[in-house]
Amino acid sequence: MPQTVFAPWNDPDEKPLISFQGVTKRFGDFTAIDDITLGIYAREFFALLGPSGCGKTTLMRMLGGFETPSAGTILLAGQDIAPVPPNKRAVNMMFQSYALFPHLSVWDNIAFGLRREGRDKAAIAARVEEMLKLTRLEKFSHRKPHQISGGQRQRVALARSLAKAPKLLLLDEPLGALDRKLREETQFELMDIQEKTGTTFVIVTHDQEEAMTVASRVAVMDEGRLIQVATPDRIYETPDSVYVADFIGDVNIIEASARQSGDKVSLAWAEGQLPLIATTTKTFAPDQHCWLAIRPEKIAISAERPKAANALQGRILDIAYLGNISTYHVALPSGQVLKAQTANTRRIERRSFTWEDEVWISWTDTAGVLLDK
Amino acid sequence: MARRGQRPQTVSGVAMRRLILIAIPYLWLFALFLIPFAIVLKISLSDTVLAIPPYAPQIDLAAGWQGIKDFFGALDGENFVFLTSDDLYWKAYLSSLRIAALSTLMTLLVGFPIAYAMARAPDEWRPTLMMLVILPFWTSFLIRVYSWMGILANEGILNQVLTWTGIIDSPLQILNTNTAVYIGIVYTYLPFMILPIYAALERLDGSLLEAAEDLGCSRTSAFWLITLPLSKNGVIAGCFLVFIPAVGEFVIPSLLGGSRTLMIGKVLWEEFFSNRDWPVASAVAVVLLLILVIPIVLFQRQEQKQREAEG
Repeated sequence: MPQTVFAPWNDPDEKPLISFQGVTKRFGDFTAIDDITLGIYAREFFALLGPSGCGKTTLMRMLGGFETPSAGTILLAGQDIAPVPPNKRAVNMMFQSYALFPHLSVWDNIAFGLRREGRDKAAIAARVEEMLKLTRLEKFSHRKPHQISGGQRQRVALARSLAKAPKLLLLDEPLGALDRKLREETQFELMDIQEKTGTTFVIVTHDQEEAMTVASRVAVMDEGRLIQVATPDRIYETPDSVYVADFIGDVNIIEASARQSGDKVSLAWAEGQLPLIATTTKTFAPDQHCWLAIRPEKIAISAERPKAANALQGRILDIAYLGNISTYHVALPSGQVLKAQTANTRRIERRSFTWEDEVWISWTDTAGVLLDK
Repeated sequence: MARRGQRPQTVSGVAMRRLILIAIPYLWLFALFLIPFAIVLKISLSDTVLAIPPYAPQIDLAAGWQGIKDFFGALDGENFVFLTSDDLYWKAYLSSLRIAALSTLMTLLVGFPIAYAMARAPDEWRPTLMMLVILPFWTSFLIRVYSWMGILANEGILNQVLTWTGIIDSPLQILNTNTAVYIGIVYTYLPFMILPIYAALERLDGSLLEAAEDLGCSRTSAFWLITLPLSKNGVIAGCFLVFIPAVGEFVIPSLLGGSRTLMIGKVLWEEFFSNRDWPVASAVAVVLLLILVIPIVLFQRQEQKQREAEG
């Protein structure tokens, strides 16, 4: 039986659950959100990624109802939500500070939203127990928020925001306060819970690894605009701008001028050096200014000149040893420094290269991405 | 080896310093609260005499052990018995408690919205607003109470304005009534109510209210379910700060109140200065202290129990 890939954004018949249409938000003279049009589909785990101040939190707060757009409309399931106050929206939010009510127990925190709906006691109790079980908090239900750990507090916040079974759950930097190890565990937990409940999640984060790990699609934002919206692998492998290539992961950027013949482009990148060869599906005008972006792990390092489309000689300037991998900073005669990464399959004392070694670095014509902006 | 020998010395030095540090507040309390209270308690157990000082017995250390024995033998609780014989006293206590409780409630009703507005005001406004609350302290308390006499008198500013605008025909009798006492107490003690409540509200994380709204609360219910419970400690502190001095208040009832305003502070003053009956006056003061201290101790014990139950 063929497994269907979850990709509603590729299906023209699929209607997005949330749709931003030309949404702009200004605070005085400052434009926080600049004419954004975006569709988010049901059951998606959608990440808004960007540096602080890029507008990602404002965009989320507009979904929650805490900000209203200055222009444009936001549709939730086809309905304009601008006039709907936060307490009437089928949207719940998990706050960055968790915003747990300090005077209420874990149980009462989770029951808070259910009680406001005026459900009967038995139904509330059943739902709270279900949430406690989902987030493995049964033992802590009678504690107050200050009596539990940071990770448990994070789970209470999640349970509380999921208790009302919202159509859409907003998560504002949900793992920011946790240490690295716990964060990684919790990421998988979040994905698991998202899958179990079938809720649409929108997560705001500045941590690109987190976005890549949890999200079905990532929107990279900068200065109130969407720079690129795509699946994590597309964002990493085929960024469509230098900004995205540089923001996500480690990358070498080589500025050059293009000379295209078919899908091959010959790149003049430095005085007196052989041109580099790259493949592209875009079309470049003769001598057009462009950037070649290559991930360090796609650059090989060797002592002898290898047979590859692109090979450059250089000297090892620096080695960053990260345990499982090492990143070599190789200085080219032109003065430029390129990073090449290799997996440390041998023990460190058997490493083939060291500081000041003359080496060759090489990559194929399809390894890099040629960018025009 | 010499070094090792020094070590216990420094440890005991630290312990010593810690002891001194703890001892200071205790000494303070001992010298300025416990000793004066012991003196007042002793006077309340004495008898009044026409002498200087106007009470007996005096301790006679020259007579040695016998003198001390005689002294303690002469102390008795008859002043406390006397307080129960005249209904003036318990009526004055009751009336004081009632006036203090009512004015505390009114101060709370006026002070909470002010504190709330201050806490929600833009950041750059807060120091100014805080200054405005504290500003009246820069004028003498007596002058401020006197100026209320000028405002509330029959031919005072308030009555003049009301007659001039045609709201009333004849001046209202406000001065020398309990109403004037309430106004005076609420006015005077308002900052003591505002400041602790403001401190509590200011600490309140705004995202808690957003979370409450997000979970289906209206603004009003978020206030009742979140803001109010979380400012509880500020409200309690403010109420204590107003209620306790208000019970023993003397200046406001004697300047703004009438002959029928019965407050224990006034009774106390009369016993001391008009009747020169120091022992009865001291007994009045001791009973007042007990009336105030016992509920506070009980309340704190209750709080402690609750905290322990949660812990």
